[in-house]
Amino acid sequence: MIVHGFMSFAAVCVTVACLVIIGSFSLIIYNLSIFVSDMEQQNRILVYVDETYDTAEAKSVGSRINLVENVREAEFMSREEAGRRFIEQQGGGEAYDGIDASTFRDRIIVTLEDNSKMEETVQQIREIQGVASISDRPELAEGFTTIQRILDIASAAIIIVLLVVSLFMISNTIKLAMYDRRDEIAIMKMIGATNRFIRFPYFVEGFLIGLISGVVAFFLEWGLYNLLDARITEMQSLQLFSITPFREILLPVAVVFGVTGLFVGMFGSVMSIRKFLDV
Amino acid sequence: MIEFRNVNKVYEAGNRALEGVSLRIEDGEFVFLVGPSGSGKSTIIKLLTAELEPTSGSIEVNGYKLETIKKRQIPYMRRTVGVIFQDFRLIENKTVFENVAYGMRIVGASGKEIKARVPYVLDLVGLENRGRRFPHELSGGEQQRVAIARALVNNPAMIVADEPTGNLDPQRSYEIMMLLESINALGTTVMVVTHERELVNRFTKRVIAIQDGRVINDGMDGYYINEEN
Ligand SMILES: Nc1ncnc2c1ncn2[C@@H]1O[C@H](COP(=O)(O)OP(=O)(O)OP(=O)(O)O)[C@@H](O)[C@H]1O
Ligand SMILES: [Mg+2]
Repeated sequence: MIVHGFMSFAAVCVTVACLVIIGSFSLIIYNLSIFVSDMEQQNRILVYVDETYDTAEAKSVGSRINLVENVREAEFMSREEAGRRFIEQQGGGEAYDGIDASTFRDRIIVTLEDNSKMEETVQQIREIQGVASISDRPELAEGFTTIQRILDIASAAIIIVLLVVSLFMISNTIKLAMYDRRDEIAIMKMIGATNRFIRFPYFVEGFLIGLISGVVAFFLEWGLYNLLDARITEMQSLQLFSITPFREILLPVAVVFGVTGLFVGMFGSVMSIRKFLDV
Repeated sequence: MIEFRNVNKVYEAGNRALEGVSLRIEDGEFVFLVGPSGSGKSTIIKLLTAELEPTSGSIEVNGYKLETIKKRQIPYMRRTVGVIFQDFRLIENKTVFENVAYGMRIVGASGKEIKARVPYVLDLVGLENRGRRFPHELSGGEQQRVAIARALVNNPAMIVADEPTGNLDPQRSYEIMMLLESINALGTTVMVVTHERELVNRFTKRVIAIQDGRVINDGMDGYYINEEN
């Protein structure tokens, strides 16, 4: 079936390259956005309760905050707990022995549904009685939201561009192969071959090119991913940025590679053969 | 059956290749189509295979009316006519066997049928031991005979040969003509395009003479040319 070995090999190479570029890019974006949304989760608002309130009263402030729109969770933390955590974080030690719990205030840790509406929500919380002060970091939250949006737009744009580029490259590669065979096609038509008959082997070839490319690209991607994973893990001792293990995304990656490969291969060959059939 | 009714063909370049050509070839006939180079013989063949469309006039081929034929029916019309092209039109990267087998593959013949039929046809044209060669490994005359074998392989209702002897020595030419005559004797309509006067005159057949795109003679009186022109 594969009439022109070299052209088919070239088509496979081009398809593999495009798939790996698109795949790597998507996976990088995927990991980055997981990272960013993790960071976002950590971006909580600390609401300090009036010092004159006792524990029960402070807890009721927490319940009222919970009723505010856009608040996902309002977790109460007593001043004792806050003190203990603080000392723990500083590494314990005698230096902090004298610190009294009264230095701290009861606090409520608030997480939001939608970080982009932080300012309004903070305003609403401020109006609740018993709220002494709020420590929020709106710039940071906004920054993360912006990063997330830019990532979304950039990834969509780049994936579309790469997909168009790869379709163009593949259909051109196949068109070249077809151009090579145009005399043969013309002869077949002259002796009474139907378009369906002529198209069939090219369709099969496109199918095979797509399938082979998808499989090769998948394993290449797997290797590359693990290599990159190892490198990044080795690079940063803090483990701030953790990479999703490949086996967790194996199935979707395999499906996407297979489907894209087949689509691009078959569509590319059908698209390019059309103009040669008009004899 | 082939019928041309008042067919005109003007090429895009403005060349008037055919002017008011009318001719009719009945089933089972053996006809020579003769005329000097550039008179329009190949144009007639390209019109009847729907490779070209006439500028005006109507053409009918084995029951298909070409002015109304649907695109998807053209392959089936072409299968009724085995054409031996002046330039052979062999597939360069396929062997002789495969080139001939292709004619059968397109109509969906089985591998078994192909294995039985192709060697028989190659033997008929004297190429029984050339099956494994590629077209460029053959002489011009041998390539021509591959083209003949391919035209014959499906037993079409009609064989049209454009200069089938152009590359052959007189002896081979005569043999090919005898072959075409025997095929005709079995009921296949045969039209042979040639400008070889001697060859035509060795047979007593109907001769249609073309000159400057017009039919100038049609009858049994041998190769005819209008000397005054
Ligand atoms: N594709 C074309 N475009 C323009 N003019 C053409 C084309 N093909 C043929 N012609 C012209 O049409 C006329 C008839 O050509 P045709 O090929 O039918 O001649 P022919 O009788 O087959 O000649 P020969 O015996 O040399 O094969 C010639 O004048 C030729 O120059
Ligand atoms: Mg000619």
